[in-house]
Amino acid sequence: MIQCKTSKEISGMGHSMKRKEDDRFIHGKGNYVDDVKLPGTLYMDIVRSPYAYAKIKNIDSSEALKIPGVLAVITGKDLEQYNLHWMPTLMSDTQMVLPVDTVMYQAQEVAAVIATEKYIARDAREAVRVEYEVMKPVVDPFKALDADAPVLRTDKPDKKDNHIWHWEVGQKEETEKIFQEAEVTVKEQMHIPRIHVASIETCGCVASYDKIDNHLTMYMTTQAPHAIRTVFALVAGHVGLTEEKIRVISPDIGGGFGGKVPVYPGYVIAIAASFLIGKPVKWIEDRSENLQADSFARDYHITAELAGTKDGKILATRMKVLADHGYTDASANPSKFPTGMFSIGTGSYDYPNAFMEADAVYTNKPPGGVAYRCSFRVTEAVHAIERITDRFALEIGKDPAALRFQNFIKKDQFPYHSPTGWEYDSGDYEAGLKLAMKGIDYDNLRIEQAEKRKKGELMGIGLSTFTEIVGAGPSKDFDILGIKMFDSAEIRVHPTGKAIARFGTKSQGQGHETTYAQIIAEELGIPAKDIQIEEGDTDTAPYGLGTYASRSTPTAGAAAVMAARKLRDKAKKIAAYLLEVSEDDLEWEPGKFSVKGAPEKSKTIQEIVFASYTNHPQGMEAGFEATHYYDPPNLTFPSGAYICVVDIDSDTFEIKVRRFVAIDDAGHIINPMIAQGQVHGGLTQGIAPAMYEELIYDDDGNILNGTLMDYLVPTAVESPSWETGHTVTPSPHHPIGAKGIGESPTVGAPPAIANAIVDALKPYGITHLDIPITPYKIFKALKDKGVLDKNIVES
Amino acid sequence: MIPSSFDYTAPSSLDEALKLLHDLGDDAKILAGGHSLIPMMKLRFAEPEHLIDLNNVPGLSYLKIEGGTLKIGAMTREVETEESADIAVHFPIFADVAKLIADPQVRNFGTLGGNLAHGDAANDQPAVMLALDAVVEIAGLDGRRTVGIDDFFYGFYSTAVQEGEILTEISIPIPSGRSGNAYHKVERKVGDYATGGVAVHLEMDEQGICTKAGIGLTNVNPTPLRAVRSEAALVGTSLDDAAIALAAQYASEDCNPSTDLRGDIDYKRHIIRAVTKRMINKSKERAFKN
Ligand SMILES: Cc1cc2nc3c(=O)[nH]c(=O)nc-3n(C[C@H](O)[C@H](O)[C@H](O)COP(=O)(O)OP(=O)(O)OC[C@H]3O[C@@H](n4cnc5c(N)ncnc54)[C@H](O)[C@@H]3O)c2cc1C
Repeated sequence: MIQCKTSKEISGMGHSMKRKEDDRFIHGKGNYVDDVKLPGTLYMDIVRSPYAYAKIKNIDSSEALKIPGVLAVITGKDLEQYNLHWMPTLMSDTQMVLPVDTVMYQAQEVAAVIATEKYIARDAREAVRVEYEVMKPVVDPFKALDADAPVLRTDKPDKKDNHIWHWEVGQKEETEKIFQEAEVTVKEQMHIPRIHVASIETCGCVASYDKIDNHLTMYMTTQAPHAIRTVFALVAGHVGLTEEKIRVISPDIGGGFGGKVPVYPGYVIAIAASFLIGKPVKWIEDRSENLQADSFARDYHITAELAGTKDGKILATRMKVLADHGYTDASANPSKFPTGMFSIGTGSYDYPNAFMEADAVYTNKPPGGVAYRCSFRVTEAVHAIERITDRFALEIGKDPAALRFQNFIKKDQFPYHSPTGWEYDSGDYEAGLKLAMKGIDYDNLRIEQAEKRKKGELMGIGLSTFTEIVGAGPSKDFDILGIKMFDSAEIRVHPTGKAIARFGTKSQGQGHETTYAQIIAEELGIPAKDIQIEEGDTDTAPYGLGTYASRSTPTAGAAAVMAARKLRDKAKKIAAYLLEVSEDDLEWEPGKFSVKGAPEKSKTIQEIVFASYTNHPQGMEAGFEATHYYDPPNLTFPSGAYICVVDIDSDTFEIKVRRFVAIDDAGHIINPMIAQGQVHGGLTQGIAPAMYEELIYDDDGNILNGTLMDYLVPTAVESPSWETGHTVTPSPHHPIGAKGIGESPTVGAPPAIANAIVDALKPYGITHLDIPITPYKIFKALKDKGVLDKNIVES
Repeated sequence: MIPSSFDYTAPSSLDEALKLLHDLGDDAKILAGGHSLIPMMKLRFAEPEHLIDLNNVPGLSYLKIEGGTLKIGAMTREVETEESADIAVHFPIFADVAKLIADPQVRNFGTLGGNLAHGDAANDQPAVMLALDAVVEIAGLDGRRTVGIDDFFYGFYSTAVQEGEILTEISIPIPSGRSGNAYHKVERKVGDYATGGVAVHLEMDEQGICTKAGIGLTNVNPTPLRAVRSEAALVGTSLDDAAIALAAQYASEDCNPSTDLRGDIDYKRHIIRAVTKRMINKSKERAFKN
């Protein structure tokens, strides 16, 4: 159980304090980017390509410009004059801001309309006439590498094919040898579908350029305001917008999930428009634009293999990835990791050897992919390992839980060095799985399943015992465009003992205003309610790389601890001075220093802070402020044991998740209620790709489900009643032993569900189904196996 | 998601609405609950120049039983049909279907008249109306006429409601003897249009012999479809398993689904067979519960 060191009044770690930010959200007083209203604002709308691949023959803006209230129609040719028509991606590829001659995917930006009202802008958008010469697109990533495939990136003079990069890690020869000699090998081809974060708030900005001061204020939906400002300065420095002239403000954000890390063309066009016209320009995407054009996630085709012994010892895994990036690699990974942390693919198991490789290709689809609520491609890796582990269990006829126990990395093997080069900080995988099995009554479920199978009923039990890898990251390996992936905290305590703290991260619903305050409360004993948290304004907050990849607690949270500890050291000196004893004679309990053996002689933190402004020791700096930039020594490795039970209707194949037990280990937990909320949301975003979501394209590159009528985001109705719990294995290198929780459920849930469904279909010889697994997909699989009665007329 | 510009009038009587509709011709559209029309306008699939809002017109929203007939005003909201105790006695099918239409927001505003007048085979109420043998009343400047539900649906977005006309009432005969009805659809998630849906209404005599069967199918044909052979397969039987299986089989054979993201033709036929069987059984059960 979680033990609290502080009182409820202080509400440090372990207290389920209500979220401080919720007052304003519940009252409808959040301040989102569309709520930013500046005098004289103009509105931007974007003309988008109806084709996946086409030459632009002509753009005729004359009719649009005739509409009263339309100020400008901006095209790629206009931006070309300022050399702003291309921009770098975070992966050092290049992306069009607006095309000069070729469109590369359906819904790509073609031109922008600027008008005095958003309604006029939308009418004008319809009035812009674009003439296209349609070309045959490359949609299938496998065909993208064919010798006769057209080379898509003709803008790159040296490019002779659609291959972007190759990556590999592990023991190639040893693994090859093990596979040749192994008693048992299994192999499955899997697709982790192209999906979209579909956050409730779409992307948007208000770009406000002041011609007199040559200063840009950019209100925008970004998870990484500081890094984005640097990127803007790199892109627009040559037209005079250097970094000190740019202020990025990220107001309240209605969900990010990785989709608000990239710089989208719309942001840059809005800046260009404001720069040229000298007025604020607002751009807010609508739902379809968000879904069709903004960065996708996943889209990995994985060949996963496992070699082991007949009695269940796993010996090696081999994974080969084909990554479909769309027309440019616009991933949001740390720069040195083109496949992100995919190499976590040996999971929770003690693999002596592994080999993983990946090739990325260009296709005529929107660029990406972002890390959708996951630490850079971990979801893909976890899916592959958890599915292939079950496939192996099926092959040798062993219970998947027993197989996992047999192969887990044991508690005493930590710090554990994986064959792909990671040092896992800590873990207790057996404890998690035992708790989950107890929670769901695993043994009896298997008995029930056996009985149901006799009656032809479809019931499945699926496990996922995953290891996450979050908190990027240590500066020796982790940077984005050269900027190291530290994060920061700055604490200022006012004379009356209340505080403000600012961070380089940016909450999008994670509850930072509460949890950061609790971390500081834990360390300083100042009540969390007295600590105001601010993020998202580059003019006021210290520099940091932002919030994604479950990195806020591991990095900025740790920075808060370190800054608070600097202040506690200072407090001790002041207390010693005030109480006229030596520092060694003092004892700390949350909120006060007292003299050892004389507890009545004490000073509260508030008294000490006041003294720091009114009566500080000679020679000491006045005030009570500290800043820390935290460079984590390692990543953190949260883990989880998830078990789910599904029942499948044997007539309609509708799938019901009957129960889902999720045991997470995120180390020490700051606010159990928030952590549980994160797990609930994450699990729902886990059933999404497992059963519902996929962006689907036809052979001409048209998106077939570009609205929420057909892109199926699950709701409370589809969600089972989640059963959550946790084990606590602190991170040994994190100052408060916290590991991060936000993404585990999204990462761990899909394979648990897929494994359960495949398990339900085991009697019919089905060994694998790609997610999303729908009733229709089950029907087709059973039909292919010839197990459906052929009573259906063909027509 | 912004419609092109349009004019808007909210007349306060049916006559006024009909006059406006007549004067403005096919540039105008009736606005009822707006939950089919407005999404289409936002996507600019529909660009009417004029909207005539029926929401201020009195006397179009009611549920009443008159002379053995249930009468429902065109502007009656889905939620009202879902919650009416009067209806539930004979027609539990209304609660079945309403619960499967979108979400509470849509049902609080969407109307039964609009659901039919929209003429979309993906909507759920048309199949229910087929099963219940509804009669639709349509008003024009020249007066009112009635159309049997079998003659109501012409084609995609096209119904017996002609230019200048307004759908005013739906009437449904109330069965005198033992009866039961039920609706279900398979959907990909809550709020989705049907992959396939089946409405069944059965009447039987005291011996349990089926005297009348109505079966309507959702979204498996260009127009809402009556499963004629299935109905015939039930009438005169004791609704035994063999008769039910045959009726279900006929429904799967007689529908004309098309392949889309929801599934291919085989799958949809499979669904129709499974759901038809279930809905017949459920209707039968309900008939014997009363
Ligand atoms: C997200 C969403 C999901 C939905 N899912 C479903 C579903 O699963 N099943 C389902 O059945 N429906 C569904 N609907 C549609 C919903 O039920 C609509 O409300 C209904 O189809 C139309 O009713 P309305 O009153 O809103 O009509 P409106 O949208 O106002 O009108 C629809 C059409 O009918 C015409 N019209 C309306 N009333 C009259 C009248 N009295 N006389 C003549 N013409 C008239 C209008 O001119 C218009 O062309 C969904 C809607 C949404 C937004």
